Amino acid sequence: MASHSESIIREPLITGKNITYAQITNDVLRPVENMPGKAWWIGFSVASLGACLWVFAVSYTFWYGIGSWGLNKTVGWAWDITGFVWWVGIGHAGTLISAILLLFRQNWRNSINRSAEAMTIFAVICAATYVVSHMGRPWLAYWPLPLPNQFGSIWVNFNSPLVWDVFAISTYFSVSLVFWYTGLLPDLATIRDRATGIRRKIYSVLSFGWTGSVKTWQRFETVCLILAGISTPLVLSVHTIVSMDFATSLEPGWHTTIFPPYFVAGAIFSGFAMVQTLLLVTRKVLGLENYITMFHIEAMNKIILLTGSIVGVAYLTEFFIAYYSGGEYEQYTFLNRFIGPYWWAGCMMYGCNVLMTQLMWFKKIRTNIPISWVLSIVVNIGMWFERFVIIVISLHRDFVPSSWAMFYPTWVDVSVFVGSIGLFFTMFLLFIRVLPSIAMAEVKLILKSSSEQAKKKLIDGGHLEPEQVEYYKESLTSFDSVDITDYQKR
Amino acid sequence: MSSTKYILGLFADPDEMMNGIDTLQKNSVPIYDVYTPMPIHGIERKLGIKDSRLGYAAFMFGCLGGTTIFSMAYYMLVQDWPMNIGGKPAFAIPDFIPITFEWTVLFTAFGMTLTFFYATHLFPGRTPRVMDLRATDDRFVIAIDAKGNIPHEDITNLLKEAGAVEVKHNDRKYVSYE
Repeated sequence: MASHSESIIREPLITGKNITYAQITNDVLRPVENMPGKAWWIGFSVASLGACLWVFAVSYTFWYGIGSWGLNKTVGWAWDITGFVWWVGIGHAGTLISAILLLFRQNWRNSINRSAEAMTIFAVICAATYVVSHMGRPWLAYWPLPLPNQFGSIWVNFNSPLVWDVFAISTYFSVSLVFWYTGLLPDLATIRDRATGIRRKIYSVLSFGWTGSVKTWQRFETVCLILAGISTPLVLSVHTIVSMDFATSLEPGWHTTIFPPYFVAGAIFSGFAMVQTLLLVTRKVLGLENYITMFHIEAMNKIILLTGSIVGVAYLTEFFIAYYSGGEYEQYTFLNRFIGPYWWAGCMMYGCNVLMTQLMWFKKIRTNIPISWVLSIVVNIGMWFERFVIIVISLHRDFVPSSWAMFYPTWVDVSVFVGSIGLFFTMFLLFIRVLPSIAMAEVKLILKSSSEQAKKKLIDGGHLEPEQVEYYKESLTSFDSVDITDYQKR
Repeated sequence: MSSTKYILGLFADPDEMMNGIDTLQKNSVPIYDVYTPMPIHGIERKLGIKDSRLGYAAFMFGCLGGTTIFSMAYYMLVQDWPMNIGGKPAFAIPDFIPITFEWTVLFTAFGMTLTFFYATHLFPGRTPRVMDLRATDDRFVIAIDAKGNIPHEDITNLLKEAGAVEVKHNDRKYVSYE
């Protein structure tokens, strides 16, 4: 039912005084139906410059080969795979929000799932470009597919984690795309029915002829639930398999059975940080403060704290196991993270991921928007360094000291990475211009139960425990989109 | 005889629309369909719509995907070209689990979603069959086939009583056609 009333002690998910269904549509579609503002154009210009840099650097790599990167005989994998794992990890938050939180019936996901899923898709695209460009001969990118001998190779080796990775990432990308697009259909139909002329034709094609009849909605909900059910183990499997690229090797530092859960927690950690980075800006620029409220921000910060702490425990376990194993190479690899020439990268990894996120224990910090935004970027810097530490520091000094070496990135390495960030933001900025950045149908679903106005009506109606009402009002004080004086009068 | 084809009751509130359905059913007015901007839970039971069977389709597609890739891996690595990798057995079942799982998920997702599109007649470029343009925005629309139903004014009154903000007598079934 659309209208059971929710417990008053739960914080509202939609704030604002006179939010109607039409108001939700108008607010969410404002950036889609109008010309973008100055902030968007500035952001888009900068991002597309980055994307151009990416095109140039990747083309340069294709033309001259990966010799244009700073790799050497010892460090044969560096910024490329670091960037790949970093982007795939960032993608994980979108699926967590859209699938796992749906299974747990966390209604606050409704206003952030659309943009988080879009972020997933763009992040996996960025990740995939690394895979293709580090192949050296990208025109042979079809070789990991199970093709018969006539194509120049024997069958692919299904025992190899790298082949599992091909299957995992491609499945993950295409299933995420299906999930995201199916969820978009009702909202595309909303745009279609409000538009005229050519826009109407375009959105008409895109919306697949959606009508919103009873049977359509019933099937839609079944599809979404089952997609959520299969995406949940899928997302866990993807980063598990990514971690096995490292965990199943004999290289010290790449020989760690704790990698699967450790990588999954790290992926969700960095993904939520990226969602936070994007949404704190988006809600301000697009004026969506009533839908992405302080509750959403705090909830995401709590997940960052939880997953950051899991990552911290994994780091400690890694050190303990290196000590306990008695293997001198293993022990050296972990000591080398602090006393070796890359000590600064190790400090960035442990400092940003473990120490900085512990600040989230304080409610004042969790509900402070500028600090949350800065911390979300700190987390992503830390997570980039985590992958760099695991990959480059482990490789640069292993069994034979005569082959120890350092890794120095070239301008191509740096440009591919910086450019991929530009590419990501270009796609995200285009997304918020042409598609609804909030799932309107899903937000409308919770308007009558979880909005501030519905709860205010309950308070005005009386019949509630006064302590609970006090608790509720107290929790509202941290909301930047609520005028608390409305509550003090009574 | 009027030229009205469909009578639409437009509601601004989902609960009032549910009330409208009850009122119509109490007066034995058959409902053609209901169009809403969001899923309304409990409406299927009221309208006597059967549960979706997409779950069965999803399960079958999942079984198909898992079987396909496992058989492929068996054929390629055990039957056609077994490789000696450190003397380990060619039929390494644990190693086939990740890909079997991935294709189970892949086939489930695509098979089920395409079945959904097929069954609901959704495809890119399909002309939308919309009875009221605000049904995807902020109106909850009950559509009643006008033909052979009790006097139209009575239906209008029933809908108005139940809380409809507007009642439309449409001469055309779909307003979305140009």
